[in-house]
Amino acid sequence: MDITVNILLTIATAATPLLIAAIGELVVERSGVLNLGVEGMMIMGAVGGFGAGYLTGSPWIGLLAAIIVGALFSLLFAVMTLSLATNQVATGLSLTLLGLGLSGMIGTSFVGQPGVRLPNLDIPGISSIPVVGRLIFGQDPVFYISIALTAAVMWFLFRTRTGLTLRSIGDSHTSAHALGIKVIRYRYLAVVFGGACAGLAGGHLSLVYTPQWVENMSAGRGWIALALVVFASWRPWRVLAGAYIFGAVWIGQLHAQAFGIPVPSQFLSSLPYLATIVVLVLISRNKRLTMMNTPASLGQPFVPDR
Amino acid sequence: MKKLLIALMTTAAALSLAATAEAADKLKACWVYTGPIGDFGYSYQHDQGRLEVEKALGDKVETAYLENVSEGPDADRAFERLARENCKIIFGTSFGFMDAEVKVAKKFPKVMFEHATGFKTGDNLGIYNARFYEGRYVLGQIAAKESKKGLAGYIVSFPIPEVVMGINSFILGAQSVNPDFKVKIVWVNSWFDPGKEADAAKALFDQGADIIVQHTDSTAALQVAEERKLHGFGQSSDMIKFAPNAQLTSLTDEWGPYYISRVQAALDGTWKPDNVWLGIKDGAVKLAPYTNMPDDVKAMAEATEKKIAGGWNPFTGPIAKQDGSPWLKDGEVADDGTLLGMNFYVKGIDDKLPQ
Repeated sequence: MDITVNILLTIATAATPLLIAAIGELVVERSGVLNLGVEGMMIMGAVGGFGAGYLTGSPWIGLLAAIIVGALFSLLFAVMTLSLATNQVATGLSLTLLGLGLSGMIGTSFVGQPGVRLPNLDIPGISSIPVVGRLIFGQDPVFYISIALTAAVMWFLFRTRTGLTLRSIGDSHTSAHALGIKVIRYRYLAVVFGGACAGLAGGHLSLVYTPQWVENMSAGRGWIALALVVFASWRPWRVLAGAYIFGAVWIGQLHAQAFGIPVPSQFLSSLPYLATIVVLVLISRNKRLTMMNTPASLGQPFVPDR
Repeated sequence: MKKLLIALMTTAAALSLAATAEAADKLKACWVYTGPIGDFGYSYQHDQGRLEVEKALGDKVETAYLENVSEGPDADRAFERLARENCKIIFGTSFGFMDAEVKVAKKFPKVMFEHATGFKTGDNLGIYNARFYEGRYVLGQIAAKESKKGLAGYIVSFPIPEVVMGINSFILGAQSVNPDFKVKIVWVNSWFDPGKEADAAKALFDQGADIIVQHTDSTAALQVAEERKLHGFGQSSDMIKFAPNAQLTSLTDEWGPYYISRVQAALDGTWKPDNVWLGIKDGAVKLAPYTNMPDDVKAMAEATEKKIAGGWNPFTGPIAKQDGSPWLKDGEVADDGTLLGMNFYVKGIDDKLPQ
C-alpha cells in the first residue's frame, strides 16, 4: 500500500510542472497567439524562484518571484509580437534561446548552492491519515495550485463572458476587432498569464521537484507542455489528463526497469511520449470537434487598422 | 533548433574570445565543453581545472572556453574557431568530440590538441582519461557495509563502456564484502536531467533499495536520499552541501593537476602527444571525505583506496561474466583495451544490458 501511495505522489510531482505550463500556454493559444518560448520562460522562472528563495530564505517569496519573472519575461514576447507584430514562431524560439542563456548567466553564483524547499502541506491529524491523508492533504502547495488553476481556466474559458470573448479573438481577430473588442489588450493579458504560469512551473522545478539550480534544469519540459496543448486539442481537462498520463507512464517505466522487466530501456524511456500521443489522439479523434477547438487565427500577427 | 542554439552560442563565445585575444606573448590554452559549466558536474569539474591552470600559471597563460558544444559535426567549427583564435593548446573534454578533433588537428599541425576519454591519437593530438572505475570499487564496498537490505539502486545514463565498467567495478567491490549483494539498475537515457534523476531515485527507493549510486550528473538523487533519510554517493563534484546527512562520499574528478602539467609542458616546449589514463594514484580520481559512516567502514574504504593507489586493479581475477562463463583467471588483470571496450556485465548483476 505504501509503495502505491509513494508512486502516486511521485507521479503528481512529475505531472505538476507540465500541467501548469501547459494550462498557461492553452490560454495564450486560445487567444490566437503561439508562444514557443515556454521553455525559456520556465527556466527563467526556475532561476528567479531559486535565486529569490535562496537570498531571502523563504520558498514562498521564491515562488512569487518565479511567477513575476515568468510574467515579465513573457512581456518581452508580447511587446515584440503584439505591438511590433513580429513573427510569433521566430520570436518564441528566440525567447527560449534567450531564456536558456540568460538564466545560465544569472544563475552562475547559485550553482552548487543548496536551495530552499517549499514544504508539503501538513494539517495536524489529517495529513497523517494513511493513504488519503498523504495523497489529498499532504502534497506540496504547487500541486493544489495546479489543480485549482485547471478548474479556474476551464470555468473562465467556457463559463464566463470574458472567456468567450478571448476565444472569439483566437478564432477571428479581425471580426473581434470589428466588434470593438480590444484584441491587443486581451492578448497581452493572455500572454502574461501564460508567462506567469510557465514561471510558476519553473519555480516548482527549482523549489519543489529538485530544490537546486543548475543550467538547463528544465530539460525540455517546456516543449512537452507545448506538445500537450496541441495533443489535448486546446481543452483544459485533456491537458490535465495528458500531463498525468505522461507522468504515470514515465514513473511506471522507471519502476519497470528497477523491477527488472527485460524490455530495452530505450523503448521504456520513449513510452511516456508514445502513450501520451496515442491516448490524446484517441480522445480527440473526432475531426469536427478538433477543428472547432483549434483557434483559427493561431499564430497570425494582428495589426489593427486605424 | 539545437543547431541554431549552437550557432548562437559559438558566435557569442567567439565575441568574448575576441575580447580576450589581445596579449599575444602569453600562451593561450583553450577548452571545449559539451555541457554548461554550470552543471555542477562533469563540465563544471573540467572548468575548475581550467581555473586552476589560470591560478597556477598566472600571467604566463590566458585561457578561453566554449561551453554547450554539441557532440558530432558541429564540434568541428568550435575547434577550428579556437585554433584560428590563436589557441596554442586545446582540450576537448567529451568522448563525442573525437572525430572533430582528429580532423581539426590535421589542419592545424602547430596547435597542440588533447582529447579526453577517446582513443584516437595523432602527431599533435594526445588523449587523456580518468579511471573512475577505481573509485566505484570503493563505493561498492561502502554500499555493501552500509546497506541494511543488501540492495543498492544504480541510476545510469547510457550503456557505453565507461558506464558499464563502473557498474561492474561497483558490484565487484560490493561482493567482496557481501557476496549476496544485489543492485537494481535504472537507465534514464540522459546525462543530465535533475527531474528524471530524482524520479529514478524515488522509484529505486520505493522498490527496496536503501542506498543510491549514480552515473548521471546532478545532485537530485542525493537530495531524494536526504529527504528519505537514506544514503547515497555523489558524482563528479563534492555534493555534501546538498545532502549533509545522506552523502557517504562522492566520486570526484580532479583535472587541475593534469591540465597544469600539460600547459606547463606547452610553455616549456616539451609537449608531446600522450596517452594517459589517470587514476586514484595520480590524484585525478578522488573520493570526497567519508561521512555518515562508522569508523570501521571508513578505515576499510581508506585501505582499499590505498591499495588501488598502490597499483592494484579492481578488475583482477577470478572474475566471471554475467552468464557464469569465466572472464579472468585467478590473478589475471584486465588490460586497458578490454576495459575501454567493455560491453558485458560481470556475475551478480540481474539487469539486462541494453545493446
